[in-house]
Amino acid sequence: MRTVSAAETAPTTYPWAIHAEGLRVRAGRHLAIDGLDLAMGIGVHGLLGPNGAGKTTLMRSLATVLKPADGRLTLLGESVDGRADLRKVRRRLGYLPQQFGFYPRFTVREFVEYMAWLKEMPKTAVPGAAQRAIERVGLAAKAEARMKTLSGGMLRRAGIAQAIVNDPAVLLLDEPTVGLDPEQRLDFRGLLRDMGVDSCVLVSTHLVEDVVAACTDVVMVNEGRLVYQGTPDGLVAQGGEGDPGDSPAERGYSALLRHYRAGAGK
Amino acid sequence: MTTHISTAMIARYAGRGSDLDEVTVWSIEVHLEDCAACRALLAGATTDDTEALLALVAAEVNEKIAAGPAPAPRRRRSAVPDRWLVWHLVPWLTMTVAMLGCAVLLQAVQPSLPSLVTLLAPVAPLPGVAIAWSRRTDPAWELIACTPAAGLAILLRRTAAVLTVVVPALAVATSRTSASLALTLLPCLAFTAATIALGAFVGVRLAAIGLGAGWALAVVLPAVLTTDLPAVLQPGSSLVWALLILLLAGITATQSDKFRRLSSHN
Repeated sequence: MRTVSAAETAPTTYPWAIHAEGLRVRAGRHLAIDGLDLAMGIGVHGLLGPNGAGKTTLMRSLATVLKPADGRLTLLGESVDGRADLRKVRRRLGYLPQQFGFYPRFTVREFVEYMAWLKEMPKTAVPGAAQRAIERVGLAAKAEARMKTLSGGMLRRAGIAQAIVNDPAVLLLDEPTVGLDPEQRLDFRGLLRDMGVDSCVLVSTHLVEDVVAACTDVVMVNEGRLVYQGTPDGLVAQGGEGDPGDSPAERGYSALLRHYRAGAGK
Repeated sequence: MTTHISTAMIARYAGRGSDLDEVTVWSIEVHLEDCAACRALLAGATTDDTEALLALVAAEVNEKIAAGPAPAPRRRRSAVPDRWLVWHLVPWLTMTVAMLGCAVLLQAVQPSLPSLVTLLAPVAPLPGVAIAWSRRTDPAWELIACTPAAGLAILLRRTAAVLTVVVPALAVATSRTSASLALTLLPCLAFTAATIALGAFVGVRLAAIGLGAGWALAVVLPAVLTTDLPAVLQPGSSLVWALLILLLAGITATQSDKFRRLSSHN
């Protein structure tokens, strides 16, 4: 339980939590995102795409880590391209990177509290928020364990805990289900649905099943461009009997990708 | 403003089967809209039954608290935020202190050489500063780079941690030789400031490498070969160094927005 401030219940003045127009982002010298148009509101969005499609670069630029080379990017109604002041947006951002780096000597609680401090939360709110985040990912029993003693799945959950500690309005999770066992993945889907009620959650994953089960919206990218944006049912409807895949969603995924590649080849 | 409402009236208004007529209710409500004191009275207005129930609950809660386990002791606020850096810096700072120790010893053996401590002072803090804001050395750089606190403030905090070791070490080293304290510390601070100012354009790590190499080639090497203290470190130059520090600090302050993202050259 926590007190909801007036600012949180105030109506928003922007139509989309994440809005990109003609976005281009470089990863090194390579243009990994090439003219992407994307608009996302409240809800859980699943980001699909083959390896090298630009998912991680897109996540990094949405997390304000990478600077867009061209185009417009607006988060929560604030422009974050160029030399804009990012502080206000970053306070309402949660991000779990694909390569989740951590300080091995920190305990889980210290790490989450440190991230809460970096996110400029009020000092008095930090211990409570850290405890709540750790409980939400089911790591309460390991809160005092050092990060280097944790297993891969636990580390991933510690990473999710630091991402949600500030109750972000935009939550970006890059492959959060890697290393989670089936039961933890079910719990994680519950957490996603919870977070998606009042914030914009973008989950990048290779598991099409996760997207169909927990997401309200599917975003598919390939070679730095948007291939498809729609509901999971829409993704399923794309697949026919002849497409490769073991489930309707997988068939839809491979049908979309095949169709896009055929279009790009012309 | 209407006159305040009597306690008896508020009790009648708050009572479940209110016996007041509509006009009185309206006038009470109009007054309540404007008067915080009377609203507080209304919020506090309860019946005897409620009072008794609340007293019962309070007694019960107190009893349970007394019977339950003692509250966990308040955790001492540790110096967590900088602990990672401290561990990471230990080898570099040990090396720096050892170098200064060698310089002092060499000076004692070979008094004809120009003051080695003074010659080494400008480059002494550079390894530490290079580590402070670099994506190569900080395992959690991607997490930190997306937080609102990221930027010049964190870099300065970490630089201060480096200087708290380097400056006393330099002071001790100069007291062992005949070198001037001002001409040791001022160039040291000027090079630190120059690294950060240049780091805004090319990345702190590259700036530290460039400045260190430049100083070694342009000043240290000729001074050791000619056994003369170079002109830039002659007694009259402290004012120039001090002005240089101010100038570089000013440049850094105007370029603070360049540190908000960790680009690939950092």
